[in-house]
Amino acid sequence: MTNSSSDGGANAETNVIDVRDVTMRYGDRLIQSNLNFPIRRGDIFVIMGGSGCGKSTLLKHMIGLQQPAAGEILVEGKNFFTATPEQQLAMRRNWGITYQLGGLFSDLTLAENIAVPLQQYTQFSVAEIRDTAAYKLALVGLAGFDDFYPAEISGGMQKRAALARAIALDPELLFFDEPSAGLDPLSSQRLDELIVQIRESMGGTVVIVTHELASIFAIATNSVFLDADSKTQLDYGPPRELLHNSEHEVVRRFLARGEKP
Amino acid sequence: MQSGSANNSTTEATFSVRANAGTALIELIGSWRAASVSALPSATHLIETIDAEKCTRWEFQPGADFAWDSACMTRLFLCARHCEQQNIEFDVSALPAGINKLLTVASAVKPQDKQDAARIGVLQRIRNGARSLKKYVVDFLGFVGAVILALIKLCSNRANMRARDFFYFVEQCGPQALGIVALIAVLVGMILAYLGSVQLRQFGAEVYVANLVTLGMVREMGALMTAVIMAGRTGAAYAAQLGTMQANEEIDAITTLGISPVEYLVLPRMLALVAVMPLLCIFADVLGLVGGALVATGMDVSFTQFISQARVSVGFDDIATGVFKSIVFAILIAIAGCQAGLQSGRSSAAVGQATTRAVVNAIVYLVIADAALNILYDKLQL
Ligand SMILES: Nc1ncnc2c1ncn2[C@@H]1O[C@H](COP(=O)(O)OP(=O)(O)OP(=O)(O)O)[C@@H](O)[C@H]1O
Ligand SMILES: [Mg+2]
Repeated sequence: MTNSSSDGGANAETNVIDVRDVTMRYGDRLIQSNLNFPIRRGDIFVIMGGSGCGKSTLLKHMIGLQQPAAGEILVEGKNFFTATPEQQLAMRRNWGITYQLGGLFSDLTLAENIAVPLQQYTQFSVAEIRDTAAYKLALVGLAGFDDFYPAEISGGMQKRAALARAIALDPELLFFDEPSAGLDPLSSQRLDELIVQIRESMGGTVVIVTHELASIFAIATNSVFLDADSKTQLDYGPPRELLHNSEHEVVRRFLARGEKP
Repeated sequence: MQSGSANNSTTEATFSVRANAGTALIELIGSWRAASVSALPSATHLIETIDAEKCTRWEFQPGADFAWDSACMTRLFLCARHCEQQNIEFDVSALPAGINKLLTVASAVKPQDKQDAARIGVLQRIRNGARSLKKYVVDFLGFVGAVILALIKLCSNRANMRARDFFYFVEQCGPQALGIVALIAVLVGMILAYLGSVQLRQFGAEVYVANLVTLGMVREMGALMTAVIMAGRTGAAYAAQLGTMQANEEIDAITTLGISPVEYLVLPRMLALVAVMPLLCIFADVLGLVGGALVATGMDVSFTQFISQARVSVGFDDIATGVFKSIVFAILIAIAGCQAGLQSGRSSAAVGQATTRAVVNAIVYLVIADAALNILYDKLQL
């Protein structure tokens, strides 16, 4: 197993997230164990692996929705579950998250959805919030859809609207669970570009769960591969390197889309 | 958040506009960031000030200590949109590259035209009201028709209904409702007995309290009270289940599989209620009598007196009228619940509204049907 030691400079300055000996379970059911890897500042980090191997679960552990059965996850050097409520709030303010199933509030319009984090964390005036929502929606290609309800737009548009809500506060840490699933190749590519743009112009770190090989190779600077059979991380490193040099055939085949690389 | 500029000082954000041969040179000075948002010039103010120069080209330039984040981007984006609408040339190339890239992304897709809701006059409102009333009636009748068709198919054994579902719902709405029905029935019996005996005592006819409680429960209250309970308990549950299925596109999935949602989802629910409600009604009748007897024995009517009086006062046809009522009520509750659920919107809020509608409609239907049945019984001298 390749792990954090291979990355050399594993210090708190460069590592935004540190996953240490983490074991994840649902009740008695083991999902993954012995996860060990850092995510460096500025990375676009991809969590990959077959369906059902626990990628979304790992993401939920990182954002403090679920507590590891063993080990700990440090975000900016702090363990969410031992932090004080004020620290937890401050951590959450720096996170932007999209969920695999969308997670848009279905009884609010898109503009109102984006307004929720702004009202929660800023002193923006009503007009300011409206303008910010319009800008964020335009960023994800949904200009003019401010007053639509989530049920009135398509699945892919909902994904993008969720992204607009995630970036409402210009968070330093972005977590996306399958952001491009259900998008056409062009929108998916636009989304990749958008993610790169946002990271470049605002700084910050992006953690993405995705199967899209195209976007993995296009934007990922680093990645981890979770395996459903051995229930642990098989490999860690930039996807291009893993494609050619991984010592695990599963990883190479995954990245080469089942063909022998 | 990190700004695009390395400069961290928090100079107040200001701007200056210089017009020069049709070009407005706008210099953005200081920290244009969300942290000091209340001190930032608003987008409208910015646009109006620049517009006052009546230029055909807006050129933005970074001034001293310029720092930016989304708050600045929001303003520039709105300026860009304004310029596009007014055919003004918009130039931010002098600003940091990050701003340029983000603006390009934000303007890449043409905005969707907004349709303003037209103003609605009083007449139009009345017309809309009448139309929605008509839609309500048509929807109701349409749904009843669909249910009848499904029942006919069921009789000829062609309906897509799973027996397993039927038994599942029987268990859900039968045994599990016994506790609450028992409680309410005993209390209603006690209330009837108490009200009756206070009045009858004036005529020294307290023993007839047994007649009053028995007839009251068997003909009216047993069926009505169980129906109200089931409307709140089961009708609401039906609406919530079907509404959630609607929101999850499960109903769409069932329909596209070629299965009629009415046969598959509504029939088992309705038949389960129809099977269970008469039994619950009889159960409620008996417990109502128990409640009545409890009060009566506390008021100088002996238990045996109460029972023998109750026995002579009620005939088989009285019981049958009550049971028939409860069957009608069961159908109405199932229709109200399932219709609200199937016609629910696709959001969590819509599912909540569907649940409310299910209960309110069910109670309205119940009261109307009860009145109608009582008139009918009277005419038939039952
Ligand atoms: N709330 C839950 N309770 C119990 N088990 C769960 C729960 N959520 C997920 N699981 C189980 O955990 C495992 C991992 O689920 P997870 O959602 O993390 O998969 P995933 O890697 O994100 O898959 P996909 O790529 O399909 O989204 C699955 O086998 C699933 O059955
Ligand atoms: Mg997942």
